[in-house]
Amino acid sequence: MTEVRSFSTSAEAAGAEGAILGGGTLLMRQVNEAPQTVPRLIRITDPALREIRAEGDGHLIGAGVTMAQVIAHPDLAALAPVARSIGGPALRNMASVGGNLFAPHPYGDFTVALLALEAQVLWSDGRREEIERFLSARDTARGVVTGIWVPRIAPGALRYRKVSRTRPKGVSVMSIAAYLPNGGSAPRIAFGAMGPTPLRAKAAESALQGRGLTEESVTAAGAVCLQGLSPADDALASAWYRSEVAPVHLRRCLMGET
Amino acid sequence: MPKTPLAFTLNDAETGIFVDDGQNLLEALRRGAGDLSPKYGCGQGTCGACTVLIDGVPHLSCLTLAEAVAGRRMDTTAGLAEGAELHPLQRAFMEGFAAQCGYCTPGMLMAAKALLAANPRPSREEVIEAISGNLCRCTGYEPIVTAILEAAAKLQGRAA
Repeated sequence: MTEVRSFSTSAEAAGAEGAILGGGTLLMRQVNEAPQTVPRLIRITDPALREIRAEGDGHLIGAGVTMAQVIAHPDLAALAPVARSIGGPALRNMASVGGNLFAPHPYGDFTVALLALEAQVLWSDGRREEIERFLSARDTARGVVTGIWVPRIAPGALRYRKVSRTRPKGVSVMSIAAYLPNGGSAPRIAFGAMGPTPLRAKAAESALQGRGLTEESVTAAGAVCLQGLSPADDALASAWYRSEVAPVHLRRCLMGET
Repeated sequence: MPKTPLAFTLNDAETGIFVDDGQNLLEALRRGAGDLSPKYGCGQGTCGACTVLIDGVPHLSCLTLAEAVAGRRMDTTAGLAEGAELHPLQRAFMEGFAAQCGYCTPGMLMAAKALLAANPRPSREEVIEAISGNLCRCTGYEPIVTAILEAAAKLQGRAA
């Protein structure tokens, strides 16, 4: 393990073979199961990575901020139900926002909400990247993510649903986030566990555009919500099952049904 | 491979051990410090059997890099009893038959201890939420939840 105190020097410390250790909930699994596949661990102790602060019309959330910190922060109340849907309490004390951005299928529920919010990903070299673009290239990305920026979320504007097979906690069959700013005139919808990364359901967004949430518009959105998604078979559900139930869960998410 | 010295507080005792690169806290506690109370269940963060408190906050020790706890305080089930006197949580588990095979019990106890420290009078739902990351494959959740509520009541009585 190499410890670096400022993220500004972490890229050099990592070199070509480093892996940034966040909360450890994904990387330490790999260390436990197949240590030979894990490059040098880089642990960044820079307190800036644990900060949540207002910026512009939104908030910067450091990459090292845990799910428990999100839940506890009064300005991030709209994201608390999303953070609370991840793991159990002990895991939420560890799992970080930055790690979630890189979580492989079927994990990464928090990132589903970030995608619907059109969050920006902050890199240590100062770049800001649209999250959709980031996700499309994340597996080959090089560098250090220092945080994300999320817009201020009006009460009720973010709707979220995680579908799992066990209660009270389970891994996602799918997760859905719908962001309805400005009264829902331009909705944004993201699905998790319906492809290799969280993905936008843009055809469903278009079906709802300017129509509000009515029986007809939500049915129309459900009919096209699979466009652009690529669900896979795994131990939790088949691609077929995921495709069949996606419109049902999209409806429940949008309409706030249980 | 070179070993790294690591010092931390374990159940009130200053503790110093050597750890391997990449070693997790669970192994460090069990093999290095000789505290066998946290259990190795899944090694994936799914089961909660390895739950310990770091500075009072529940963590999954199997997914915690040992080197990251330098200078911090660990609490495990081994430190719950005071001499021969069981902690009220342990007593409630024993009296309520809340341990079947017992493998999940140390993790359950630490999750419950953290809950009662933050919320001395939890509802049944809050107890269920607090142990939602701890699996019991004997399917004994009801007596566990009841035992935690019993212990909360006992601790409240003691505090009153």
